[in-house]
Amino acid sequence: MIKNILNLGDAALYCDFGSDVNQEINSNVIKYFYHIKKLNLKGITNLTPSYNKLIISYDLNIHSFLSLKKKIENIEIKENNKLEKNLIDIPVCCDNDFALDIKRVENKLKLKSEIILEKFFSKNYFCYMTGFVAGMPFLGDLDQEMRLKRLETPRVKVPKGSVGITEQFCNIYSFETPGGWNILGNTPQNIFDSSNQSNPNLVNPGDTIKFYRITLDQYNEIKR
Amino acid sequence: MKSKDRNYFKILRAGINTTYQDLGRNNLYHIGIPFSGAMDKRNFQLLNSLLQNDYNSPVIEFAYQGPHLKYFGKDIFFCISGNVSFKIITKEGVIDGNSYQCYLLKNGDEVDIRSTNKSVYGYFSINGTFGVDYYWGSCSINTQAQIGPNNGNKFSKNLEIEIIDINNSFNKRKLDYFGSTIENIRVIKGTNYDYFSESSQNKFFKESFKITKLSDRMGMRLEGPKIENIVDPNIKSEGLVKGVIQITSAGDPIIMLSDHGTIGGYPKIATVISADYDRLVQLTPGSNIKFKDVNLEDAETLYKLYQMETNNLISQIK
Repeated sequence: MIKNILNLGDAALYCDFGSDVNQEINSNVIKYFYHIKKLNLKGITNLTPSYNKLIISYDLNIHSFLSLKKKIENIEIKENNKLEKNLIDIPVCCDNDFALDIKRVENKLKLKSEIILEKFFSKNYFCYMTGFVAGMPFLGDLDQEMRLKRLETPRVKVPKGSVGITEQFCNIYSFETPGGWNILGNTPQNIFDSSNQSNPNLVNPGDTIKFYRITLDQYNEIKR
Repeated sequence: MKSKDRNYFKILRAGINTTYQDLGRNNLYHIGIPFSGAMDKRNFQLLNSLLQNDYNSPVIEFAYQGPHLKYFGKDIFFCISGNVSFKIITKEGVIDGNSYQCYLLKNGDEVDIRSTNKSVYGYFSINGTFGVDYYWGSCSINTQAQIGPNNGNKFSKNLEIEIIDINNSFNKRKLDYFGSTIENIRVIKGTNYDYFSESSQNKFFKESFKITKLSDRMGMRLEGPKIENIVDPNIKSEGLVKGVIQITSAGDPIIMLSDHGTIGGYPKIATVISADYDRLVQLTPGSNIKFKDVNLEDAETLYKLYQMETNNLISQIK
């Protein structure tokens, strides 16, 4: 399933699963990720799954590129390895104060805001990967008519909890951070909990997300 | 704990970006948490060796200007690594301290860490252990994700730094070391090297880039000749490692450092080799970088040499 293994610098393997972004390729990445994680190989310092790549960082004192590459190439993943998948409901408030880019999205997609939100909430989304900042899930796929580019100029600060869309993807800003996604609403739910050290992320790769819409009163109720 | 039994520093001035660091935390990239840890690993290692501490003991890292600390408790030794100017203020007077030398502190003495010289990071620790909490096996403070002791924040004025253990069998030690500099930063070509025009590839290795003020523990932004992308200014977002050099849509290089975002969507032109990382992070804003291309095998050998050099320095401590 791995098409090619290159080096990323001198202390990481760059495993290429293909150039497309789809759930089939991503599921292969995630299977490898969980499998290698479970092997608990000495000297592996990080595994980073993404849409169609898996990066394996290692301790240069323990491995060299060629020896570790051989080890990874010899790993056999059985096709019946089932992925652990959770369905997670996440409340989102689309009040004007939270839907920072709804006007821009209306203009770009040439759709009324109510239609946009109806389409957004009618689908379940698959979690391809988490990261950039702690806990941020990259979800997909949006319907064709819901796809647009990032903001031309990214925001310096996107509020924590913001729910944004770009191209075929949506995400949740688990922290206040710079970012360029089109923001449709905000969730009062905590996406990352550093006090839960065994499972700090609300959403993990392979999970499915169902967003549901709440009012400002409900939002404030949950926040409290 | 009764206050007379406590051993602690009170922070009179926090410094610019003062945090606890150790070797950092592994195997969390997949949830979005980077390694963190001391930026300059050699100076981290030398400091713990000088103080005869465990190799992964917490130290206090500072950038540009360090903290001004006042000590309360029984006699203790401290040491500073890096290229650092500092003063030791005691009842007998004020003296200038030298890095890589241990000094005795008595109750009421102060250490004023004025600045790092022609470098960014310096390290401070004691012959003992700071009272820190561990998050995923590390006490490193990641201010971006607010992970670590002090609620994941950098130190502030009036904070008290607890010392939970002092090594009483400690003997003063020192090392004659004046730091190591490097002419070029050596890199391995990146996975998207062919996204850039031939003339830009040449410029990347022939011309120099200036380090801008937009540099911190997360990344280092450079400016210089624009690097022209001839394929696509974005890639499908994928994992990053420290040392990766991405080229932004505007054509400027940005180097990922220890607290970097774990996923990125800009093409990767190159990656700084592990042997040169400690020296890279010490380059100050305003100075120039020139990149030199090396292959993977050479990078692996250079890393071994770098580690041997560090071990050699450790063996010279007396």
